[in-house]
Amino acid sequence: MKLTLNVWRQKNANSPGHFETYETPDDINPDMSFLEMLDVVNQNLILDGNEPITFDHDCREGICGACGMVVNGEPHGPQRAATTCQLHMRKFKDGDELWIEPWRAAGFPVLKDLMVDRTAFDRIVSAGGYISVRTGSAPDANEIPIGKETADRAMDAAACIGCGACVAACPNASAMLFTAAKVRHLNMLPQGRPEKDRRVMRMVAQMDAEGFGGCTNHLECEAACPKEISTDFIAEMNRDFVQAMVRSRQPVTKPG
Amino acid sequence: MATLDGKCPTNGPIEKRWEKHRFDMKLVNPANKRKYKVLMVGTGLAGASAAATMGELGYNVTCFCYQDSPRRAHSIAAQGGINAAKNYQNDGDSVYRLFYDTVKGGDYRSRESNVHRLAEISVNIIDQAAAQGVPFAREYGGLLANRSFGGAQVSRTFYARGQTGQQLLLGAYSALERQIDAGKVEMKTRHEMMELIVVDGRARGIVTRNLITGQVESHLGDCVVIATGGYGNVFYLSTNAMGCNGTAAWRSHRKGAFFANPCYTQIHPTCIPVKGNYQSKLTLMSESLRNDGRVWVPKSADDVAKAAGDIAEEDRDYYLERRYPAFGNLVPRDVASRAAKQVCDDGRGVGATGLGVYLDFADAIERLGKKAVSDRYGNLFDMYQHITDENPYEVPMRIFPAVHYTMGGLWVDYNLMSNLEGLFVLGEANFSDHGANRLGASALMQGLADGYFVAPYTVGNYLARVQPLSVTKDLDRDSAEVKEARREVKGRLKRLLEVDGKKTVDDFHRELGKLCWEHCGMARNESGLEKAIGEIAALREEFWDNVRVPGSNDSVNPELEKASRVSDFLELGELMCRDALERRESCGGHFREESATEEGEAKRDDENFAHVAAWEFTGENQVPIRHKEALEFEYVKLSQRSYK
Repeated sequence: MKLTLNVWRQKNANSPGHFETYETPDDINPDMSFLEMLDVVNQNLILDGNEPITFDHDCREGICGACGMVVNGEPHGPQRAATTCQLHMRKFKDGDELWIEPWRAAGFPVLKDLMVDRTAFDRIVSAGGYISVRTGSAPDANEIPIGKETADRAMDAAACIGCGACVAACPNASAMLFTAAKVRHLNMLPQGRPEKDRRVMRMVAQMDAEGFGGCTNHLECEAACPKEISTDFIAEMNRDFVQAMVRSRQPVTKPG
Repeated sequence: MATLDGKCPTNGPIEKRWEKHRFDMKLVNPANKRKYKVLMVGTGLAGASAAATMGELGYNVTCFCYQDSPRRAHSIAAQGGINAAKNYQNDGDSVYRLFYDTVKGGDYRSRESNVHRLAEISVNIIDQAAAQGVPFAREYGGLLANRSFGGAQVSRTFYARGQTGQQLLLGAYSALERQIDAGKVEMKTRHEMMELIVVDGRARGIVTRNLITGQVESHLGDCVVIATGGYGNVFYLSTNAMGCNGTAAWRSHRKGAFFANPCYTQIHPTCIPVKGNYQSKLTLMSESLRNDGRVWVPKSADDVAKAAGDIAEEDRDYYLERRYPAFGNLVPRDVASRAAKQVCDDGRGVGATGLGVYLDFADAIERLGKKAVSDRYGNLFDMYQHITDENPYEVPMRIFPAVHYTMGGLWVDYNLMSNLEGLFVLGEANFSDHGANRLGASALMQGLADGYFVAPYTVGNYLARVQPLSVTKDLDRDSAEVKEARREVKGRLKRLLEVDGKKTVDDFHRELGKLCWEHCGMARNESGLEKAIGEIAALREEFWDNVRVPGSNDSVNPELEKASRVSDFLELGELMCRDALERRESCGGHFREESATEEGEAKRDDENFAHVAAWEFTGENQVPIRHKEALEFEYVKLSQRSYK
């Protein structure tokens, strides 16, 4: 098969970008992943003396969360519950024309072409996405029994790969689904309870400071999420947040 | 050829040695810890856990990774689980049994003291991870669940669905982010280590390239810790991430660190077969699948083109069950991989390329029901269907071995310090603990053991003996050695960009991978290895003459990153073949066709090869020197591994 690609090209964060049109070779194999198709296009660009298309990618098995681009308006493309590296060309037809863009959000500045800066997510985690336990100070793992239902649900939230598709899909570029998944994973576990209030207040404050928008219940994030993280976690985070605000009665600040 | 000393404690019973060693080690006064700086390269399980723990102890840590976030290191892709000798199942497990299994599984090519320490620490890792909120699988009573894994006769593997590596890494990453928040760790993402700075025999710093701006920078400290994973991508196709590379280890090797046992590579038996030459990576299917799946090929090569369902039961060869009745489909990875290769060499491989064997769940579905099979392996079945467009509930999966892990790595002593003072190596990047073959669910264990519970002590013991740079101020960015290191890196990058040849980096990488896979893969022999050594050297020469790297060094340039990594693989691949050539025995993942039993099983030569081979770099295109570290076995009796 053969496709026409309109790809967003942008030299760096400070330059304006534009679409460029490329024809793929006509032997694109339906079993190829989308990124392997781009590899083939890139090899030809290099041999023709042009700069290849830059995009983030690493594990290519859908777990590292590095890859991500908007294909025909959908983050990670038309395959549900899959990252771009797990999108296969059999999802497309011979002769299709595709529009390929980076995540677009104020919190994710474009670095080059399809590559964006997602360090905002790390800063949100740094603000409280952890349980303070010193190495070596943990009790025996079976001393804290956790019901299977709770453990499974914590795992549902913890499955987030931090790719940012939720932000890219949201009309407000909100990072609520990402933040909620991190907050709820820890807040619902007994180990995470002592820091529950502080965690949710600080992480939400950081999320806001990074320039992400608010949630207005479009639920596009859940639809785009390659791990199908549920928006229920957003509702639960809102509950945690309100409870924490009521209990704390103090401004949310960085301690120390 | 010198004899190396691994500095393993040998006095007293083995179960007391680590404890005694810890007591004997020097401590750094709490008030002095903040005067030291640790340079941590890599943020996988080993790097992230070590950086977090050392930051928490009070050291200043600067941490580097090539990814855009420390959370993306390739530990994240480990599926199956992590071993620990908790004996929560009351099925007869113990620290000693895990120790014994690991030494035996490694085909008696690892250090007893190291492995025992690993088994001891395994129980602390589970406690630590559970306290961090890692959502391990649990039973209805709320206690932790276990499964048997990779041929172990006890259930000692802890897991979090099929995403154990991800969850353990996110645990270590959260601990790391906590220290970043506390100001004890400075994180430098999208920075790749390009060179080691050695001054008077001591590792004092590194040179990095900023992958966004291209800037070449030097970073100085009191020690350097390398936790950059393995070199499986030398084979081009592997289950490693695209960016996994051997550069930090190889650059350290070129600066004097010995590289140990590079020929020990693990080829994992249950991966999705290669489809076409466009393929960029191979996908592993967790080997937990072998708990219920049955491996087979047609008895006759005439049947390979038939659909699996059209091959009658009596015409199928369940070759693992036939050859290894005691272990059946659960034989260790090296044995299962080699057996798959042999049936494919017989012309009985299935699928379009003939390089595949069936992994069949029909019996399991009949015995347990589709629902139970789906509960156990649902996500893996989905993944398989997603990639291959075939439904494994209806037709058997097709699998083939793929490069997965490298047991070899930089040589380290018991303290995880290389032969270069101040250079520590953790996790897959070092050579210790797994011998010639790693058991399933042991990589996560070793990475976290090194990072949480070994390095924080042993690095401290080293630092206690040296004056901190913040006090001595004997080195800065303008010192001759530091300037020279930056100059070398810049020169190499410039050279790569200037070749402007006719082949892409991937072209070279693919050719290198093919050579290594053919001659230094699942079976190796003298003439093949000699041929590969010559051809890799020729390919390397051609690379520097004919590679095309587009763009420049002053911005994001993934092709330049790849070119630099592949240039190192072109040297490392040769050393791997050289090591395989010199090790004239079969052991673990290293199978020399000349050293086999009459039944075609691997045959060790303990008399001549019960040692670690540690290679010393002697110069570009020079023959390296092979040093030996003798392996002593006090507790585990050497015997031929048998899974029959």
